[in-house]
Amino acid sequence: MIVELGHFALILACLLSFIQGTFPLYGALKNRGRLMSLSAPAAYGQFFFVAISFFALMYAFIVSDFSVVNVAKNSHTLKPLLYKISATWGSHEGSILFWAFVLALYGAMVAYFGRRLPKSFHVTVLAVQAMVGFGFYLFLLLTSNPFERVFPFPMEGNGLNPLLQDPGLAFHPPLLYMGYVGLSVTFSFAVGALIAGRVDAAWARWVRPWTLLAWCFLTAGLSLGSWWAYYELGWGGWWFWDPVENAAFMPWLVATGLLHSAIVVEKRDTLKAWTILLAIIAFSFSLLGTFIVRSGVLTSVHAFATDPERGVFILAFLFLVIGGSLLLFAMRADRLQPGGLFAPVSRESMLVINNLLLSVAALVVLFGTLYPLLRDALTGDKITVGPPFFNMAFGFLMIPLLLVMGLGPSTNWKRADLVGLLGRLKFIMLAALLATIVIFYIVDGGEIMAAVWLGLGLWLLLSTLFEWAERVKLFKSGFMARIIRQPRASMGMSFGHLGLAIAVIGISGTSYWNLEHQDIMRYGDSASIGGYDVTLRDTDGIAGPNYTAVKATFDVSRDGSTITTLEPEARVYMTPPMPTTEAAILSTLSADLFVVIGEANNKEHTEWAVRLYYKPLQLWLWAGVAIMVLGGLISLSDRRFRMGAPTRGYK
Amino acid sequence: MRIIATFICFFAMSLAALAVGVDEGRLTDPAQEARAQDIMKQLRCLVCQNESIVDSNAALAKDLRMIVRERITLGDSDQQVLDFMTSRYGDWVLLKPPFEGATIVLWFSPLILLLVGFYVVYRNLKKQKFITTAEPLSRDEQARLKELLTEADDC
Repeated sequence: MIVELGHFALILACLLSFIQGTFPLYGALKNRGRLMSLSAPAAYGQFFFVAISFFALMYAFIVSDFSVVNVAKNSHTLKPLLYKISATWGSHEGSILFWAFVLALYGAMVAYFGRRLPKSFHVTVLAVQAMVGFGFYLFLLLTSNPFERVFPFPMEGNGLNPLLQDPGLAFHPPLLYMGYVGLSVTFSFAVGALIAGRVDAAWARWVRPWTLLAWCFLTAGLSLGSWWAYYELGWGGWWFWDPVENAAFMPWLVATGLLHSAIVVEKRDTLKAWTILLAIIAFSFSLLGTFIVRSGVLTSVHAFATDPERGVFILAFLFLVIGGSLLLFAMRADRLQPGGLFAPVSRESMLVINNLLLSVAALVVLFGTLYPLLRDALTGDKITVGPPFFNMAFGFLMIPLLLVMGLGPSTNWKRADLVGLLGRLKFIMLAALLATIVIFYIVDGGEIMAAVWLGLGLWLLLSTLFEWAERVKLFKSGFMARIIRQPRASMGMSFGHLGLAIAVIGISGTSYWNLEHQDIMRYGDSASIGGYDVTLRDTDGIAGPNYTAVKATFDVSRDGSTITTLEPEARVYMTPPMPTTEAAILSTLSADLFVVIGEANNKEHTEWAVRLYYKPLQLWLWAGVAIMVLGGLISLSDRRFRMGAPTRGYK
Repeated sequence: MRIIATFICFFAMSLAALAVGVDEGRLTDPAQEARAQDIMKQLRCLVCQNESIVDSNAALAKDLRMIVRERITLGDSDQQVLDFMTSRYGDWVLLKPPFEGATIVLWFSPLILLLVGFYVVYRNLKKQKFITTAEPLSRDEQARLKELLTEADDC
């Protein structure tokens, strides 16, 4: 019954989104107040009904109602409650419903927080938001109904891939989706601005907090996914450049660029057309990403053929949304004339370079991801574009980006003096260079690229601190008060850049100085790696709710004194039957020690396959991305950016 | 993150055992084993996504690792091992696409896109010089601005 209610609520939400997307927009164009006033109530109603629908599906998962096909395929009675809930968005149908739910949530937020926007603009933005939503509802109802029943129903479900049964991965998709879908708001604002034919500083102020919010979620979601891969997949890798990751990474790159170009629109009233275009591209990437990942087209061109109905719908939808908005852009872009002028050396130019490099990086990732597909379709050749290509191509673009990033915040708006700028920063450059050489000497060298990345990270770290110190006039009278009273947006920028610097330093450490040791160990055997001595003490068979496992106990010592014990597990899940590794990690500021227990090497279970990894500065990477998100949140708390709050307190 | 990848990997193998093991046939000469590891990093686990045979726990990856070691003990150079693998499995087995006719576009794409980008920026900046006036505020906006400015003084 509840399941049918959910289905019915989904149909109601679909109808409401149609109303929200059409009549008020007509009202806005013809200036009919009563039609326009339909908009916000429709947005709230749509959110209400899609929420009912979403929670109805979640309910079906919680009570394990296997008469629902989706539940039977993706759940199991033995699963812990958290993973029954997270299975709601684990399947294709469920994830699309979750998309629609988040989209409506953002729509309701825009309706509420933006209620003091100019009426016709507010209505237009909500209409665009609803049109996208309408597409998703149709997709769900026509091709991917999550509420489909089956009779006779199975007594037990298929279960979920055990690798996904992990707290990190339970929260990874919702965060990522909050980010993906958050870009829809920016997109709606951009299309709204094109329809209205004007973009100004106020527009940029409304848009920035939404972009920032989406960016924070995207960053957090990506990092969580990467962290999960690191500790769960069992070989200490954290980024693989596989198509699924790339699909999430491209919107992040463009959103980062958008975040910066919106600053230029707000402060200097220029780069407007470009910013609008970026907003459209950012959302297009997130749509493309969702569908590419969910349709499986990247693993095989033939995925479309197995389910032509979905494939054709997806293609038509992408064509309408992306093609339509780009067409509108082409028709209206010339109205968006730039205001403020700037010299070739200026803060504006620095941000243009930032945008250029980030956009090209996103395009290169896109090209690299689709290249095997294109080649296969055109010539039938099968070819792999793997991490070596991406590392090289992406690195090539990141080197200038990190260099410019150190300069940008210290550069003046409108016109800057390059010689003076370099003069002020020359000691920072020297310090970064010296520190790199000293570190290289201490760790006994390594690949040249290790030095390049380490040096760039240090350069960014020091120059960010230097810019901050200059800004707050550190150690001059009253500097404590200035530190606290900094605008939150500037504080956020410092944190964001600092976080990236720390992450880059971490990446140089873990990518270039990592060590690996594989061995067959008997009880009492020791192996040493990175200065640690690791001794296998014991193994033990244990049973979890839906798995059995071997738990090993390792004593870890350094210079003869015991530090800690690590207890990695090798689990075998029951449904579906599958082994997973639960690595044990000793994290310190200088390095991670990563221990994996494998299978027994003999029938008596006295010899075990063991893998040890030593990952220098791995913690820096996680700390760095966390600081980046923190920077975003600090910036978001800036008074000027309260969501759609341009006129808070307006009586 | 790797949801789909892992799914595909597992279903392609029809849930064959994937437990972490340590290869038994590792080469006794550490220098040779290091060379083998280096080569393995460049080869794709054919049933996974963008995963090298070093990282993969799939049974097929294990077989491929043994082939690499075998070729090395037979005295092949690094390039000869890679050539041998490509002759058997095609370019698909190489994680790093070969540098040749059709892939040149791919390899040079960052540079090409960057140059195009620079050109577009340059052209737009030149054009920009001729536009000097910003759209003046409408009367309503003037009033709002005044209001906002007085409001800003309050806080």
